Amino acid sequence: MKERAAPSELPGIPRDADGPVFRAPWEAQAFGLALALHDRGCFTWREWTEALAAEIKAAAARGTPDDGTRYYEFWLAALEKLATAKGLTDAVELLQRKDAWDAAARATPHGKPIELPGRRGP
Amino acid sequence: MRGDHHDHDHGSHFSDTELRVKALESLLVDKGLVDPAALDALVDTYETKVGPRNGARVVAKAWTDPAYKEWLLRDATAAIASLGYTGRQGEDMVVLENTPQVHNMVVCTLCSCYPWPVLGLPPVWYKSAPYRSRAVIDPRGVLAELGVALGPDVEVRVWDSTAEVRYLVLPERPAGTEGWSEDALAAIVTRDAMIGVAQVPAPGEGSAR
Repeated sequence: MKERAAPSELPGIPRDADGPVFRAPWEAQAFGLALALHDRGCFTWREWTEALAAEIKAAAARGTPDDGTRYYEFWLAALEKLATAKGLTDAVELLQRKDAWDAAARATPHGKPIELPGRRGP
Repeated sequence: MRGDHHDHDHGSHFSDTELRVKALESLLVDKGLVDPAALDALVDTYETKVGPRNGARVVAKAWTDPAYKEWLLRDATAAIASLGYTGRQGEDMVVLENTPQVHNMVVCTLCSCYPWPVLGLPPVWYKSAPYRSRAVIDPRGVLAELGVALGPDVEVRVWDSTAEVRYLVLPERPAGTEGWSEDALAAIVTRDAMIGVAQVPAPGEGSAR
């Protein structure tokens, strides 16, 4: 974390010694979902930071190591809870949809796009 | 991720975490709460367009333009917006000037509030529990570990970010940069210096460790 910003690097790409901003596509998707719901007025940013802080605090209370690499796991858990609390979705629906994606993935050969039966789009 | 070594021979596989994200995203899209194209655009912006170079431009301008610096310290949000750096998590900005007498450093003790429009997304260490807690308890110790040696007469001020207010540190301009252009100055400003956990080294001074 003590590297100097190298001017030769492509400008504007927020990377550091720890690697790219998002370490996996799902982190970026979870990040974007929270912003998109906030943009739509589903919750205030204060509500969001409180939900995230509560999640981080709860993880610490459980003894979950918090070295910064699990940040988006906390982010996702906070997002699920806040979306549920706001009535945007519910636990049953989330679980059913998760199982559907799991089944769809397992039924899809490697390299083929994974789609849910009867649903269009991402 | 975890426990995902079965079934690879026959089908595709998502980790448990990936499945949760897919489930949430697809439900929100189906309900019309999230537009997939807008989601992609958001992610792309933060992955490739926003970063600490924006903050470095702000610092370089303040170093070379006294009127801009005065404006920046008085109304950071407007002064930063005048350079085109606006947007979420930058709505209410405060700039803290480091001087030979005062060293400012920024933390978010509760989560990881951070001035996205000028610094991009926070680095992993900023989000880590050790930094979040130790920056407040023992700022001098943290700074020393990071290679920032401050004299005993320098006052250290730690600023805890909130959902409402975001801080950007205006580092001290290093000696030996007199007459440098804004571009040249911007190139030596580091992200860590704008968080207040590093100093901008003088040119020729063995850069970083």
